[in-house]
This record gives sequence, C-alpha cells and structure tokens, in this order.
Amino acid sequence: MNQCATNREQIQALQQEILSMQGFHATAETAQIDTGLGPIQQAFPNHTFPTGAIHEFLSLGPGQAAATAGFIAGLLGALMQKGPCLWISPCPIIFPVALKTFGLTPDQVIFTTVSRTKDMLWTVEEALKCEALAAVVGEVRDLGFTPSRRLQLAVEQSRVTGFIHRPGCVQPGSTACVSRWQVRPLPGLSEDGLPGVGFPQWQVTLSKVRNGKPGAWQVGWTDTGFKVAAMSLQSREPMFTQAAG
Amino acid sequence: MSIWLPFAVTDKMTALQPEREKLPFVLAAAQRGRMIIQHANPVASGKGICAGMAAADARAILPDLEVLPYAEGFTEQLLRELALWCLRFTPVAAIDLPDGLLLDISGCAHLWGGEATYREDILAQLTWLGYRVRAAVADTIGAAWAMARFGAEPGIVPPGNPMDALLPLPPEALRLDTLLRDKMRKLGLRHIGSFIHMPRTVLRRRFGQALLHRIDQAQGQAIELPEPVQAPATFCERLPCPEPIRTANAIAFALKTLLERLCRQLLREGQGLRSAELKAYRIDGNVQQIAIGTNRPVRNPMHLFKLLEQKIACIAPGLGIELFLLEAPVVAPLSVQQETLWAAWGSNGENTALAHLLDRVAGRVGAGAIRRYLPAEHYWPGRSIKLAASLAETPATDWRCDRPRPIYLLPEPERIEVSVPLPDYPPLLFIHKGQRYKITKADGPERIEQEWWLEQGLVRDYYVVEDEEGARYWLFRSGRYEADEPEWFLHGFFA
Repeated sequence: MNQCATNREQIQALQQEILSMQGFHATAETAQIDTGLGPIQQAFPNHTFPTGAIHEFLSLGPGQAAATAGFIAGLLGALMQKGPCLWISPCPIIFPVALKTFGLTPDQVIFTTVSRTKDMLWTVEEALKCEALAAVVGEVRDLGFTPSRRLQLAVEQSRVTGFIHRPGCVQPGSTACVSRWQVRPLPGLSEDGLPGVGFPQWQVTLSKVRNGKPGAWQVGWTDTGFKVAAMSLQSREPMFTQAAG
Repeated sequence: MSIWLPFAVTDKMTALQPEREKLPFVLAAAQRGRMIIQHANPVASGKGICAGMAAADARAILPDLEVLPYAEGFTEQLLRELALWCLRFTPVAAIDLPDGLLLDISGCAHLWGGEATYREDILAQLTWLGYRVRAAVADTIGAAWAMARFGAEPGIVPPGNPMDALLPLPPEALRLDTLLRDKMRKLGLRHIGSFIHMPRTVLRRRFGQALLHRIDQAQGQAIELPEPVQAPATFCERLPCPEPIRTANAIAFALKTLLERLCRQLLREGQGLRSAELKAYRIDGNVQQIAIGTNRPVRNPMHLFKLLEQKIACIAPGLGIELFLLEAPVVAPLSVQQETLWAAWGSNGENTALAHLLDRVAGRVGAGAIRRYLPAEHYWPGRSIKLAASLAETPATDWRCDRPRPIYLLPEPERIEVSVPLPDYPPLLFIHKGQRYKITKADGPERIEQEWWLEQGLVRDYYVVEDEEGARYWLFRSGRYEADEPEWFLHGFFA
C-alpha cells in the first residue's frame, strides 16, 4: 500500500515535469477560475480548465447548436468575472435574455454579426488579441489548421479564452485547438418525477484534449450551476456529484 | 448678410467657357411647347432680353443670340454649391431662391477684422470666381435682402431700426408678390417711406396681412430663420492655413492641433465625441472629407488621431488646402464619473483597448454589426431587449429570468404543422421543414399578449417542448381557438 502511494506520487511529479516542459503551468490565475465542471476538470492537464486557450465545439443541427451555445454560456459565466465577452456570429440569433439563466450578465456580452468567413476569422483573431476581454466566442463553420494555429498563437500572448463553435461541421479535420467538444441534448432533468421539461441536460463529449484524458459526461444545468454525472468512457456507471456553482 | 447673384447661372457658364463673355446667350427650357428663357447673360439683358420671354421673340430682337438648353433645378444646385462654399466664412449658410444666398454672420465678422473687411473679402472671392455679386449686411434678413438688391450703395446697415435705411427703396424691396407690387405702383406708392407710416389697420385692409408680415420681418419684429444648407455642428474647430497645405505630415499636424482644441472644448462641456468629420477646403473650391465613428463617447485626442490617421490617405490635397474644419456632429455626455463607472471591469487602459478593438471591427465590418443589449420592460419577446446606445450605458432595470427563454431566438417565427390532441394542450408532434419531431415533455402555456398600445395582433400561447432526443423548442400558437384553426410557429431553441 505504502509502495503504491509513493509510486503514484512519483508518477505525478513526472507528469508535472512533462507538462511544464510542454508549456502548461498551473498558475495562480488559472487556479482561481472555477468553471464548476467538477469531474470534467480531471480530464485536463493539471486538473484545471485551460483558460487562455482555444476550445473547439462541434455541433450538427439547431438542437445541438443551441445545446452547445448553452454549455458555452455556462462556462462563460465563470470566466466573465474578470471582463466582458465578445460573441461573434454570422447572424444575430442569440437571445440575450436567456444568457441570464446561465449566470452571465447579458449586457456585458457584445454581439458582433459578421457574415463573411474571412472577416469572421479576422475579427475573432483581433478580439483574441485584446486583453480587456475575458472570452471570445466565434461561430466559424470552416476552420482550417493554419487559421486555428493563428488563433492559438494570439491567445498565448493575451491569455484570452476562445471558444470556436463550428455548427454544421461534418468533417472537422485537424486544428490547433487544445480541446474538441461535442454537446448533445439529453432528456431534461426533472426532480422527483415532476411533469414538465425540467432542467436542461447534455451529453458532453470531450473527444480530444491535449495532454489530457478524453471522456464523456452527462452534464445538467440547474439553478446552482453545472451538475455533472460522471459517465466517462472508462467507468460507465453514473456517479452523481454536485458541483459548486 | 444677403448676397445677390443676379447672373449666377450665366456667370457660371461664362466661367466655364470664357469665350462666351462678350457674346449674348440665354438659357431656355421648354414650357407648354415653347422655349421660355430662364436666364439671360448681362450682354443679352443689355439688349432688353429678360427671363420669361419666348426664345423666338428674343431671336427676333437679337439674331445672333445663342440659346442653350437649361436643365431643371440647375439654379438651386448651383446656389447650394455656393452656399456650401460659403461655409468657410460662417457655419450657417442658406440658399435664397431664386438668385441669392443668406449667411448668418453673427460672431464671425470679427475674425476678419470687422464687418466691412469681412464683406469685402467675400465679395472679392466671389468676384474672383467670376460672379457678379452684390451683398449687404443688416440686422434682419429682410433689410439685408432689400439693400443687396435695391440699395444705391449696398454695404452695412448700421444697427438700430433697419427700416430707416429702407425708406427710399421701392416697395419691391419688401419681397412682395407681383400683384401687390402692381397695386402699389398704381396707387403711386413708389417708396417704402410713402406708406410705412400709415396705420397698420389701413395697410391690412388695403393690402392684406402679407404686407404687414414682410414689414415686420424687415424690422425684426417677426422671426425669420434661414434654413441652413448644412446644420451647424455645435462642436466645431477651424484651422485656416496661412500657406496652402499639400503633404500628409502637414495634414496630420493640423489634425492633431484641431483634435486637441476640440477635446478641450468637449471637456469643458462634459461631452464625448461619437463621430467626427474632418473637412479640408482646397483652394480650388473642392472640399475633401473624412469621417470616423466611435463606440463610446471619446475625448482622447490620441485615440481619435489614430482613427482619423488611417484615413488621411483618402484626402487628395490637389493644389493645396487652405482651411481645415473638424466637426463633431454626434456627441454624448461623458463625465469623469462615467469613465470610472465603465472602468469597473478593469483598469482604464484595458477599457480603452476594448473600445479601440470595437472601433477597428466597426471600421472593417460596419458599425451596425456591433450590438450590445439592455433589458426593456416588455413581455413580447422581440421587445424585451433594446440596443444599448453606447458601451457605457448600464441597464435601468434588472434582467428577468423568471420565465424560460430560448438561447436561440429565430428572427422571424417559422410556420410548423402540428397535431394537437385537445385545445389548449401542447402538440403531440410537429413538422418543421419537412422533419417530424415527436414531443415527449412539455411545459406551458405561457400566454403573451400583444401590447395594444404598440401594436395590434393575436395573442401567443408559448410552450416549451422536448422531443425524443432531448432537444428543446419554443413553440407558440398564434391566436385563440375560435372559428379558424390557429396557426403554430417555432420561435426558438433552448439549450
């Protein structure tokens, strides 16, 4: 037993060393931000949600796109403590009133409508370079490797967190983003079998994560924030844990 | 100040083609099947040809008369151009159809060292451009108009009662219509002085209210406001150049000087600039213009300079620029307190960084593309948000989150086919764009009434429904179950 513990410690120390060599530092700033994702954070290097990085979200159809927007909004709620956010999309479809439900102040979100992909990438990149912003959400369907690399380089300077939502993207290809998520809607969480729609619930799949462990979880959004039912690929049994919201 | 350009149109033609100067020519337009003379040049006028004659009659008087076509509205266009040109002398210039200009010169003349030199400068410049011109300065528009056209020596009417100077002038000087003028002449009233002292009641009975109104206008007892060709900007700075400017560096320097002055002026008034226009008046009469807009009130000269600097390349200096005018047509209050309020998100430096970013984005994709919303006190979904006028505007009321609202709201509700078991029940399934969605759970209805004081229309009963896969939709039934089957719409997607 004792031997086992020392082995684990050694492995952890080695992992930390490798991570720091790869540029992942568990800085005080990143440790402060609690996204409320609970068990999902275990999947990331250093067990913290990587801020100052680009996250990629894939979705098919309006239902999945709306679920993805909701999940991003939930993440933004935690990130936007430190500043405003720019939400760039090809058409003005986000309804700001609903963002309040996800714990962010809708008047701190600046919406930008950009229709051409070229202008969109330019705007996202310029926004990611702006340190006054806490986060940038961009809806870009087609993102090649080179543009994604440019975006990643921009955030490495400014430490802004970028969310790239790619609605209707069938062939995602390879990108330089730190993670690739997919959010699918699941039947809602209703308490004690009460009738009605209940709280939204999603199946969140982290299909790619740099230096982390991919997984899948059932995530609900309740009044107190994310409620993650761990359903990672390793252990299929749901294990409910209440996350701090 | 009233400027009379009796031959404005023909002078313009002569300026364009100097060989016409000694030749008689007229401009004529077709009216009721005849060519009627609209404008005659001084040579033709000297031979007794005047506007209103038929071109054929004029040819009979003067066989070598040249008749040129006249385009409708040319006079007004020309006067408007001249009025815009006059903006270098005063911020308020108006056109005075059919043949004059009006300038409000209050507070301008001292820049030229007095009204006399001011008037002479304007006359000299207009004469240099080739116009025959007479101008008079007076306290009222009516008096200036009369003196410019009928005064023996138009000049400056001394302050006081302007009517004293008008006494020897004919009644036409009061801008009377032809009928009234003929009546006066028939009665032997050849000077204003011969009837001005008559009792007002007598004048009204004989000549009507119009005459009294004109007298009042000339005396300054009735208010008369010229309609400026361009609304004067309250915040405006001008920089005349002693030598014409041609280089980009010099323009940048002029711009910096103007911005510093303008920002000082804005600071005194507690305002910030939302848009700015730089106008460069070239010596050949052309006006070059660049404009910028900002996302929040700004009075930081450096930031404004950076925005305008990008556009300096658009200015074509031509032979040189003699005057710069920097205007702020749109301003918004910007107090020192508000600057700190906005900075609650971070230091002021970061805040400026955000404003700079948005200004750059607006420059690339258009200012309309950037929106920020504030809550509005309406239940109707489309009206429950309003656009924030600026980055600094804070919500007046709280955001409501007591009712479910979808994260994706379609700009226009889309028609769906539904199957409903009972009235006032949520549907069992709906078909949207050819795809069938089976509903497993539903919440509602939430009835939202039209706000009748804003718009008339049907009520909506909104349902939150969930399909088999767990995707959630916002549906509504438009109208009640009455004679017709009500229509159903899809209005949004929940997260």
